[in-house]
Amino acid sequence: MDRRDFLTAGKTKKAAPVNPIAFASPTRTLSGINPYTGPWTVNEVIHLLKRTMFGAKKADVDFFAAMSMNQAVDALLNVPLAQFTPAPPIKNYANSVDPADPDNAIAAGQTWVNINTNDGSVDSNRTNAYRNWWIGQMVNQNRNILEKMTLFWHNHFATETDSIGRAIWCYQNNTVLRKNALGNFKQFVKEMTTNTGMLRYQNGYLNTNTAPDENYGRELQELFVVGKGADNATQGYAEADVKAAAKVLTGWQINGNTNTAVFTSSRHDATNKQFSAFYNNTVITGRTGATAGDLELNDLLTMLLSINDPSLHICRKLYRWFVYYEIDAATEANVIAPLAQIFRTNNYEIKPVLEALLKSEHFFDVLNQGCLIKSPVDILVGTCREFGVVFPDATTDYVGAYNMWLILNQLSFTFQQYIGDPPNVAGWPAYYQQPQFYEIWINSDTFPKRNQFTDVMLTSGFTRSGKKIVIDPTIFAKSLPNPGDPNALISDSVTYLFRLPLLQASKDQLKRDVLLGGQTSDFYWTNAWTAWIANPNDTVNANIVKTKLKDLYMYLLKLAEYQLA
Amino acid sequence: MKRRDFLRSSVPAVVLPTVINGFSVKAFGSESPLAQLLNGSTPNDHVLVIVQLSGGNDGLNTVIPIDTYSNYFNARSNIAIPQNKILQLTAKTGLNPAMTGMKALYDEGKLSVVQAAGYPAPNFSHFRATDIWMSASDSNQVIVNGWAGRFLNYEYPNFPVGYPNNTMPDPLGIQIGSTTSLTFQGPSVSMGMSISNPTNFYNLLSGIEDPAPNNNAGKELKYIRLVAKQTSAYTTVVKAAADAVTQQAPYPTPNPLADQLKIVARLIKGGLKTKIYQVNYGSFDTHSLQTTTTDPTAGSHATLLKNVSDAIKAFQDDLKFLQIEDRVMGMTFSEFGRRIKSNSSTGTDHGAAAPMFLFGKNVVSKIWGDNPAIPANVNVNDNIPMQYDFRSVYASMMEHWLCVKNADLQQIMLKDFQNLALVKNPDCVIIPPTTAGTSYLEIWGTPFTQSTTIKYKTDGGHTLLQIFDTMGRLISTPVDKDLPAGSYSYDYNSGALPAGVYYARLQNGPMQQVKAMIKVR
Repeated sequence: MDRRDFLTAGKTKKAAPVNPIAFASPTRTLSGINPYTGPWTVNEVIHLLKRTMFGAKKADVDFFAAMSMNQAVDALLNVPLAQFTPAPPIKNYANSVDPADPDNAIAAGQTWVNINTNDGSVDSNRTNAYRNWWIGQMVNQNRNILEKMTLFWHNHFATETDSIGRAIWCYQNNTVLRKNALGNFKQFVKEMTTNTGMLRYQNGYLNTNTAPDENYGRELQELFVVGKGADNATQGYAEADVKAAAKVLTGWQINGNTNTAVFTSSRHDATNKQFSAFYNNTVITGRTGATAGDLELNDLLTMLLSINDPSLHICRKLYRWFVYYEIDAATEANVIAPLAQIFRTNNYEIKPVLEALLKSEHFFDVLNQGCLIKSPVDILVGTCREFGVVFPDATTDYVGAYNMWLILNQLSFTFQQYIGDPPNVAGWPAYYQQPQFYEIWINSDTFPKRNQFTDVMLTSGFTRSGKKIVIDPTIFAKSLPNPGDPNALISDSVTYLFRLPLLQASKDQLKRDVLLGGQTSDFYWTNAWTAWIANPNDTVNANIVKTKLKDLYMYLLKLAEYQLA
Repeated sequence: MKRRDFLRSSVPAVVLPTVINGFSVKAFGSESPLAQLLNGSTPNDHVLVIVQLSGGNDGLNTVIPIDTYSNYFNARSNIAIPQNKILQLTAKTGLNPAMTGMKALYDEGKLSVVQAAGYPAPNFSHFRATDIWMSASDSNQVIVNGWAGRFLNYEYPNFPVGYPNNTMPDPLGIQIGSTTSLTFQGPSVSMGMSISNPTNFYNLLSGIEDPAPNNNAGKELKYIRLVAKQTSAYTTVVKAAADAVTQQAPYPTPNPLADQLKIVARLIKGGLKTKIYQVNYGSFDTHSLQTTTTDPTAGSHATLLKNVSDAIKAFQDDLKFLQIEDRVMGMTFSEFGRRIKSNSSTGTDHGAAAPMFLFGKNVVSKIWGDNPAIPANVNVNDNIPMQYDFRSVYASMMEHWLCVKNADLQQIMLKDFQNLALVKNPDCVIIPPTTAGTSYLEIWGTPFTQSTTIKYKTDGGHTLLQIFDTMGRLISTPVDKDLPAGSYSYDYNSGALPAGVYYARLQNGPMQQVKAMIKVR
């Protein structure tokens, strides 16, 4: 489906209300990508982790704080090979009513990604299982950047499950995102171009020599590789380049039985493709035969990557994902351009760019800390991770685990970041829509829902089919160095949960009103905590401690500060 | 939809802390708690203001027994208020000399005292005792919601879904002065729904706010705060109500409680339909230097009491000035009183029962109950036994001031409590007190060595006879059943109880009496 169709078609997703108020941007920093040599304290570790993972869990902070900054970034970037291919989503749904449906041969709890179904409701269940599985990957993320990068690339190579229309292809698309998340960009685009999900989503499978479909050829340039300049509005390529690229990409189809992309030479346009001056008047030689599609695609990507625009485009997107949305002239010159140079110099390997960015003085610049508004997924998954919310073990209770992940999925939908279904091929507007960018996440609809989420998590939790996810605030409090001291408890909570300090007066007020129940002596909290620790089974003690902690965190998590990373 | 239909699917409400003039403000939404309350009862525009004196107020130096002054003095000679300084309310009872404002209110017929309010088996932890007072639970019972919250939830069970609305455009309840209070917490787990957030009322009335740094983080922080303020269902109405009142009677300053009550008066006059307000002042945790070592009428407790008294007097005067005096009743509570015997640090330690104050133009102005009995020889752990269960005061306030039906009350208060005609309120039916001049409880034989006879009378219906020790612990409950009207006796065998003072407490309908009995070797 064409992106423009989406824009006009009656979308069921609720459009984010636009808040017209925008504050003038304060002065930006001039720092660049020179290696950061400043302090490496808990503050910097938390900054790094909140940006590169979902939430900065106390145990993770401790883990990375034991390293040097360089070691920490290296550890985040060097993902063990096996982690790129997690166990696939499984069957957590009922058999088809059609006794002949092949899905019925799959045992409950076994994966469905290799066996087709002819039943639409089964496929719908699979898509939900896939979405839940993905949330599960994030909730259970390893100590590295992979999940944040997988989501980054989903936002970049955006596809929608309801357009792809087959859960297996959605899953296959996801495997391409993860496998290449830290790999080579050219190889990534190559695999994405011939991915079943993308072929279906961008109509590549309909693109033939007799009926060229320009959809993917356009987005490849406009969104996926080349971009439209620093202002996201300057189209350098010509319309003819869209047509020429489409011709290069003719002949690809999907084999629905094997769920693989196949190239059919007879559907391929074998003529030479002439590109504009923007691409130095490149001509891609038309080819025939089984390898024509691959060879011409390679030529096309080589040509696209021969100019500087793609490296700048990708680096800007990475910047907006990891640092801040505003890219002024200084940032463009001091950060984006040198990162793009690194990208090109390293043959479009992604990791060196991330390494340079995440180790840079610009990344750790205090002016770039705390200014990123958490995405819905960041709030949902990050809150669960930071508070150590216990999920059912997927290996022993996959039903329970998938149900709990489903809860987060449903919330991500109402928070307007439905994983697997960004609004359109451009991804979520928070990462490109001027001038609001991230601020789009926060509006009169979503902000109360975010507060409601943390409130419910701290009280009843969310329940489904007898299983529950709920914040036990004692888990977080216990992870802090000195929770029996009400001053340290609040201070450390603020340190780990927020990126901005609170006034001492505010902390004192919170301490008195919440932890001390209006009293002035710290030992009342200390006594309550100590009594509970000594006798955790005492209901009264437990209730006192848990209620006060619950109230404390309900308050803190409703502060605007909690929305920032 | 019928109210009870809501109950199963009810979504709970939540509390949102925020700040006015540096005070946290929690708005509790609901339209129906009171609206429906009013559907089920007589419509009225009555407001209840709860004043929490946190820390455990020393009742004996607040409401001072004149008739047993020598025992009082003996028990706490280092902090005892000199008899000639006591502000006399009646021949038997007076107030701390710092409380001239409340003395004046009493003289105006706008103040009453409920002596020795407490509950069986008192808890001496601030946190636990506060929870008991706010949840209205039994001592051995953990209830994770508050009595006012249950009240609001019962009447507006679907809150916050559909609120605010035309019937109830305003918060159901507002708390000033604390970020959290169990009082308003609703009963269901689903009560965890936010209707607002901490930033809502920042700067509303020149409150404080954590600064936003002048960088991108500060820019985004300001943006989120703006959305938060725009989003709050109640910011606009609360601010409009506050802005609508430009002139108030004078309040003392500096006086943190007066600051809070001034806001309450402003919001009531400004037109909010909010039914319940709670303010908080403290700390009354006067373990040491409760008075100065040289002057028992000076010191931290005197300052606290003066502020309470001055603030409530000013509030009452303001209500009159604002012509809303008919609509408002107030009551104070503290999580416990303090020990009868003072300690050597010129202070008092955590105790049990203590007086509550009720104030307002419509209060039945009197002193409920007797002065606490103070033994001639007080042990360090001796406590004042309860005369009134504090939950009777809550229940009676709801019934007589907020006009809640008795049948509903039992569900809100979780059991049946003594009915006290605390309020002159033509809108609600008042059951007149029936105890005047009649002795319902006699101990036949005290002191006693092993057994004694407790003679008691009942007017019929539920009759409760309890035995407490001086720590307030419930020793036994000899009678807890419906009885025909008449006189009865009970032979009490003290078993292995140590020698000492014990109390028998009889409760029958609106009546309760307490008598001491002394076991000797």
